[in-house]
Amino acid sequence: MNYMLLIYGNEANMLSASKETVTQTLAAYSAYTEALKQAGVLVGGNRLRPTSSASSVRVGNGKTQVLDGPYAETKEQLAGYYMINVPDLDNALSWAARCPGAERGTIEVRPLWEM
Amino acid sequence: MAEEIGEKVRTAAEGVARTSYGKLIAFLAALTGNVAAAEDALSEAFAAALTDWPVKGVPDTPEAWLMTVARRRIIDGARQRRTAAEASDHLRLIAEEIESSVSTEHEIPDNRLALMFACAHPAIDSALHAPLILQTILGFDAATIASAFLVAPSTMGQRLVRAKSKMKDAGIPFRVPDASELRERLDAVLAAIYAAFAEGWSDPVGTEARRRNLAAEGIWLGRLVVSLLPEEPEALGLLALMLHAEARRGARRDDDGNYVPLAEQDTERWDALLISEAETLLLRASRLGKIGRYQLEAAVQSAHVVRRRTGSADWAAIEKLYDALFDLTHSPVVALNRSIAIAEVEGAEAGLAALDALAAEPRLVQYQPYWAARAGLLARAGRADAAHTAYARAIGLETDPAVRRFLQQRQAVLRH
Repeated sequence: MNYMLLIYGNEANMLSASKETVTQTLAAYSAYTEALKQAGVLVGGNRLRPTSSASSVRVGNGKTQVLDGPYAETKEQLAGYYMINVPDLDNALSWAARCPGAERGTIEVRPLWEM
Repeated sequence: MAEEIGEKVRTAAEGVARTSYGKLIAFLAALTGNVAAAEDALSEAFAAALTDWPVKGVPDTPEAWLMTVARRRIIDGARQRRTAAEASDHLRLIAEEIESSVSTEHEIPDNRLALMFACAHPAIDSALHAPLILQTILGFDAATIASAFLVAPSTMGQRLVRAKSKMKDAGIPFRVPDASELRERLDAVLAAIYAAFAEGWSDPVGTEARRRNLAAEGIWLGRLVVSLLPEEPEALGLLALMLHAEARRGARRDDDGNYVPLAEQDTERWDALLISEAETLLLRASRLGKIGRYQLEAAVQSAHVVRRRTGSADWAAIEKLYDALFDLTHSPVVALNRSIAIAEVEGAEAGLAALDALAAEPRLVQYQPYWAARAGLLARAGRADAAHTAYARAIGLETDPAVRRFLQQRQAVLRH
């Protein structure tokens, strides 16, 4: 099954983190990504730019409305994602637990609709 | 004659339902990953049995017969939902697997433990673990479960449906976890079984058949887990705990229906057979060398049971056991019980001092046993006014009329 691991974290903390912390975090993520690849479960994944770069679009009455900012203002923001292919939820949960983002933030695990 | 056949068929169907329902559901669910579909298919199979068996006779292997019909229903159902091309491979696989398991031997593999682990999965709301196990393993309907857990039937029905959809959509696996996580995951299964048992045991008079039933079903599930995991000390401990509690069921009320506290129960009314089974199980658990919550709680019951022979419970042991339990659980209720043991060993004032240390615990402020314990110790320490006030708090918080009457009597005695 395909699962999306959605990485939520406090963006402000990440942006104001010391250089060492940032370097360390990025190294942890690259090791994690490598582990996913080695296990043959990685389908895709990316880090997102901060919500300050986000635009939200909505179409109502045939008119396109563009809003400056993310869909919802929340304490923790979506910072990135991985898509993995594993046999079941237990596997997906154990990969989510290994994600560096789980240390300070939350990883939401969502199965995909199989098309 | 027709009536006689009908009766025979019903008895046969009920017999299979009782012994095989959970096994059949577990097998079908593990194969398809879909509990709801397994339940629908099996209930149709049972309905078919009630029309088919009176005419053709009860089959030699009713389990296999039901499995064959249920399988057909599952394949039909899946065919309707999927497009032909993608369905065929998947369906052939399911059909072959059911076929081989049913035809090679009449014994259907027992996946009930795997199903219980799926029901008590951490990704499912823990309040639904026990209801899901009762429904899938024992075939309880939502209304019965709802009445036992004091929830509206429609609410319980919706929650169960939602939980089963999540099991399927999220890909919760139907398997016994690996050794590395077995203990932790087993805790959730045992907690669910204990919750079912406790719901049943909390009906002391035994007037509510449904809830009394739940205590028996809890024990049945406990036995099932022990038979499937005979080397798990906590599974043995839980079964011992439930049997100890069950052994005292009849002694909790006197002939007039009045509440009798544990310390005053007539030991002749305890069920000696259940107690000796509990003691044997606990001994077996202790030899496995891994202590846990349920073993400790069962050991507390053992220390109470000592009163049968010596005339008094082994309070020194009880205090030590509650110490160990508190280190494990940090539960304020355990701390409360430890205070009562301290009072028995060191005197009422020492017990009161231990209770005072708990006074700020928000979970105890509205907990009847806290106020009843406090009142009892205050009375023993000769502080009648304070005891009177504490009894009033306890009486105001109690829901069971028999216990309320008991507390009122104790309060009234203070005056003399």
